[in-house]
This record gives sequence, C-alpha cells and structure tokens, in this order.
Amino acid sequence: MPFKLRGIGLLPPLAMSRISAFRGRLAGVLSLSILSALGGLATPAFAGKTLDAIKAKGQLACGVSTGVIGFSAADSQGQWKGLDVDVCKALAAAVLGDARKVRWVPLSSQQRFTALQSGEVDILSRNTTWSLTRDAGQGLHFAAVTYYDGQGFLVAKKTKVTSAKQLKNAEVCVQSGTTTEKNLADYFRAQGIKVKPVVFDKFEPSIKAFFSGRCQAYTTDASALAFIRAKEAPNPDDYLILPEIISKEPLGPAVRRGDDEWFAIVKWTVNALIEAEELGITQAKVDSLKSSADPAVQRFLGVGEDLGKNLGLDRDWAARAVKAVGNYGEIFNRNVGPDSPLKLPRGLNAQWNKGGILYALPLR
Amino acid sequence: MNFNVLRRRFFGDPLNALLSLAVLAAALLWLPPLLRWAVTNARLAPDAAACTALEHGGACWGVVVEKARFILLGRYPDEEAWRPILAAGLIGAGWLLAAFRHLPGKTLAALLLAPPLLALPLLGGGVAGLTPVPTELWGGLPLTLLLTGAGMAGALPLGIAVAYGRRSQLPVLRAVLTACVELARGIPLVAALFAASFLLPLFFPEGLALDMLWRVLIAIVLFAAAYLSEIIRGGLQAIRPGQLDAAAALGFGFWQTQRWIVLPQVLRAVAPSIANSAIALFKDTSLVTVVSLYELTGSLSLALSGDPEWRPFYLEAWLFIAGVYWVGCWVLGRVSRRLGG
Repeated sequence: MPFKLRGIGLLPPLAMSRISAFRGRLAGVLSLSILSALGGLATPAFAGKTLDAIKAKGQLACGVSTGVIGFSAADSQGQWKGLDVDVCKALAAAVLGDARKVRWVPLSSQQRFTALQSGEVDILSRNTTWSLTRDAGQGLHFAAVTYYDGQGFLVAKKTKVTSAKQLKNAEVCVQSGTTTEKNLADYFRAQGIKVKPVVFDKFEPSIKAFFSGRCQAYTTDASALAFIRAKEAPNPDDYLILPEIISKEPLGPAVRRGDDEWFAIVKWTVNALIEAEELGITQAKVDSLKSSADPAVQRFLGVGEDLGKNLGLDRDWAARAVKAVGNYGEIFNRNVGPDSPLKLPRGLNAQWNKGGILYALPLR
Repeated sequence: MNFNVLRRRFFGDPLNALLSLAVLAAALLWLPPLLRWAVTNARLAPDAAACTALEHGGACWGVVVEKARFILLGRYPDEEAWRPILAAGLIGAGWLLAAFRHLPGKTLAALLLAPPLLALPLLGGGVAGLTPVPTELWGGLPLTLLLTGAGMAGALPLGIAVAYGRRSQLPVLRAVLTACVELARGIPLVAALFAASFLLPLFFPEGLALDMLWRVLIAIVLFAAAYLSEIIRGGLQAIRPGQLDAAAALGFGFWQTQRWIVLPQVLRAVAPSIANSAIALFKDTSLVTVVSLYELTGSLSLALSGDPEWRPFYLEAWLFIAGVYWVGCWVLGRVSRRLGG
C-alpha cells in the first residue's frame, strides 16, 4: 500500500518536528503493516448519518494538523487559525449555526486517515494532498480542493537565475527522505538537465547551508518557500522564488466513505465559499446583499429559491458560512495571503476568470 | 579544603594537570559566549519583534513566557486551569517529599501512588461538581506526570503479581506469563502505543471504544509491568531459602511470610532498579505524541510549529523543557537513593 507520509504543503520539519518525522516513518510502517494484516477488519461500514450525529452532539469534530503555518495552527491562547481551520468553521456555521462549535483534533500525519475512518473526526481538514491512492485506497472521499500547492525553488538573486531550466549543474539543497527529493530528481531527469542534489537530514542545516551559499537553489513546497524567504533569509529581497512548480499538490478536506449526504454538504460548503468570492459576497456585505437584485446572489443567500434543502440544511446555510469566515478570497488573504506572515500570491488559487484554476461548481 | 589539596587533586601528575588545563581552557573558551547568549544578551519579555532583532545573538526566553501556559498545560480549558496545576502539584509534591524526607515505607508508597490516582478524577471532572473535561484536551506537564505516576502505580502491583506468577508451581500459568512478559519486552513502546490506538478501536463498535488516554495508559502499564516483574523476580530470587524456613518455623503462613519477610527485603533491594524504570518511563511518555496525546514535548510543538512569530525560537523553548525533564529525573533519582538507602 503506497502511502505518502509527508504531508504535502507541510513546512519542512524543523529540528523539533524531526523527531516526529522519524517516528512518523517508523510508526507509519508499523501501523500499516498491522492494518494491512488485519485486512477486512480495517474497513468499518458507517451507514449512520454523520449530519444527525453532529447535530446531536452539537459539535463538529475537525481533524487538523499539529501546526502548519497559515493552514492550521493554535496561537498562544490556544485558538486555532488558518485556511484549513476556516473550512471547518464555515462548515460548523452552515450546519450548526455557530462557527465556534468545533472540536479541534490535532492529528499527526500518520494518524489522520485512521482518525477519519474510525469516526474520531467528521472531517479531515489537514493540508492533505488529494491523490488516487488516498482517494481510492484509503476509504475516504476528498470533497474539494482548497489550496493548489506544488514544489518550487528558491534562489539568490545574485545568481541571475530566473528559471529552473537555468539550474544546469547547480547544487540544490534538499531535505532527505521526503517526496521533495524524489520530485526534484524526476523533474530534472524529465528536463534532461543535470543538477546535484545536496541532501540534508534536517530542515535547519539544509536552510543554513543554502543561505550560507553552499547551494545555488533550495527546493520544497511553494507555500513553505515563501515563509522561508520571509523569515529565515538574512535579507528577503536578495532571494527569489522561481516561477516553476514541479509537482501537483492539491490540498483539500476529506470525509469518510459511506455517507453521501455529508460528503455533499462538505463539497458544497467549500464550493459556496469559492462562489461567494466570485459573486462578490463578503463577510461584511453578506447581510446587506440580501436585497440584491442579482438572481445568483439571491439564490446563494437563500432569498427566494432554497438551495439548502437539497443538502438537508436550511436556506441560510451558505450565508452563515460566509458570515462566519468570509469568502474564499478573504480566507486566503487572512491566513496565507497579503494579510498574513506567509504573503503568498494567489497564483493557481485565483478564480478561474482571474488567471487561476479555482472554479466553483454552480450553486443552482 | 586548602590550596595544597586542590593542587594535588587537579595537578597531581602531568596527565591530571594537562586534563585540568584542557577543561579550564574549554571553559574559558565556551563559557563567556554561552553566558553572553543565555544571560547578558538574552531577553525575557515576550516581545517577538525584539527577539527577532536579536538575530539569535542572545537567547529569547520570552518564547517561554509567551507560550508557558500552552507548553505546560496543553489544550486544557483556560477557565479550569487550576485543575491541571493542582494535579501536577500533587504528583510533584509527592515526588519531592519522597525525595527529601525520611518517611516510613507506607507513607512513601502512599505519597508516590495516591496523587496520580487522585489526579485522574481531578482532571477528568464529572465528580464533586467539576466540569467534565475530555481527556483529549489534557496535556503538557500534568499529562507527563500523570502517565508516569499512574503508569508506575498500575505497573508495580501488576509486576509483583506477574513475578510471583512466574515462580508458581503451575506450568501453564508460568508459561503464559513468561510469554506475555517476553512479548511486552520484545516490542518497542511506540508499537504498543500504536496497537493501543489503532488496533483496539477496530474491535469495538463505534462510540464504545475506550478513550485514547485510557488505551494508552493501559499500554504503558502493561509495558512497564513487564519490566518491573523481571526486576522483582530478580529480587525474589535473591531471598535465601533459609529466610523462608525460618518464617515457616515461626509459624508464618505463605501470605504472612511474603508480607513480612520477603517483600520488604525484595522491594528495598530492587528500589533503585524500580526508580530507574520510573525515570525511563518519565522520558518515554514523550512517545505518546505519536497517538495525538500532547504531553510536554507534544504541547511544545503544538505551541510553536504553527506560529510564524515564535517558531524561530524553538531552541530556547526546548532548552526550557529539557530543564523540566532534568529536574524531574533528578528528583526521581533522589527518590531512588532514599528508597535504597
């Protein structure tokens, strides 16, 4: 059973998370061999209605990471913040009418799927890459993509390199034992370019080596590169993130199989957040827009046509979601975009009509 | 100690003198920069901007101040914070008293075993008007102390029972217990924790499975009991048969002999080894982070890994909890000397 242990979109582990990364590998192997040995036992059937259970408990159990900047992290007061976190808040607002009614369950990367399958969490919103093996092989359903990530490169501006294709014979600092290392080799083999990977066991030394000039380029996931440039570089303006993205890492929330109604609710709530941006419905304007003449906005806000009943929700579900966390653009800007320390550009995550590939399915 | 004694001790022969000079040189070389980093240039105020301005030229102890609540108490609800503090205080006080006071054996045992068992309802609530707090929110230092204390409290009686069982005349019992001990000693603790967290729930219907904390605690108790039983079995073997004969001659029955003659000697003799196990367990509790229980090291990474402002100062935070662990281990070491002496 192939199993990508490193959460794509995760920042490369720091010294502190190295321990867990090592344990992760060990633990993953152990748990998988145990689970696969059990075979049939490991696929519990859940015919129960997740929505009813959530309403009965008055709480949405949301599986998040143990701390990924911008996606899901607890602040000093223990409050959860991030893009993945806001997805759960929006869901809680849509389903329970209160974005605070979420039980946060921080999960290690090797534990996340089991926690979802065993019913410990109702949704896994934990910067997890949507891939075939996970979708088809792990007994879960990815509901939507909330962030398109991919692996990129960081170079010093003084090298005058502006494209990954100019990295011929360059030394590239990379962390070992990650899919990043494999993606790097795959990409340059396909390009017919020779590069020399300089492999480090830990995040800190790899970064130090790059910034001290040991390598001409550094590679990891693009969302992490921006942070490394901003926070770890001696002078951020001396460094450049290259435009090439060499792997596809679509991140999104997943639910367990066997409850199509709940799957639909998660799928359409995420789509509603994206659609809200396209329609110009913001957190601040959501109430005043109820008097809008635009039929699409009216439908979205449940004025007139009732879309919510198809999902087993009331007509205000989407309005409540936007009211709680804002539309996708606002969520993006607050957590990973210009208003956050990450300062990521929208890139692929811009709306389809603004040069990105974010395309909400029609809410009608 | 006068000058001559000092000179003989440190410069008694050429090799000794050379080593002393080397150590002195190393101290002179390393100590000033270390002190400069840790004390002179360090900042105690929880001000991320000021810390960043240091550019790691001085320690940013502010990270500990800023994150202390999260690191030490984990995700436990704020308004109930007195409960984990009291729980940790109880367990810690028990250890400290046992370490620094001359006390009769029974009092000692009560001091070491009772607080962790008291801490369970205190943290969990649902009794005496305490708000219930789900175990998944327990964390930080109280959880570390609880897993160590309750783990030992559960493992010790079980270990004694298994040790006796393995000396039993019944071959089946002996074989079964030997197999159990060998199994528990043959797997790493992480594997036991994973089995407890991943495998057990599959055998229960949804919603009926035991809480993660209880499953983990059971795994820890069984794991520690396997080691303790071997330690105690060694102690039992060291009791000379003459002692048993003497007890029999005095009219002692089996239980009386064990209670008054054998066990007191055994426990005294193996106390250092038991304390050794306790210290090992204290540190091994950090492994429970892999099953999403956020004890001291786990709550530290929860607190820091997702915080862009404070994450760069993880070294200072780790040094802080290294200090906490060191104090814990040192106190347990003192307890062992008390018990053995």
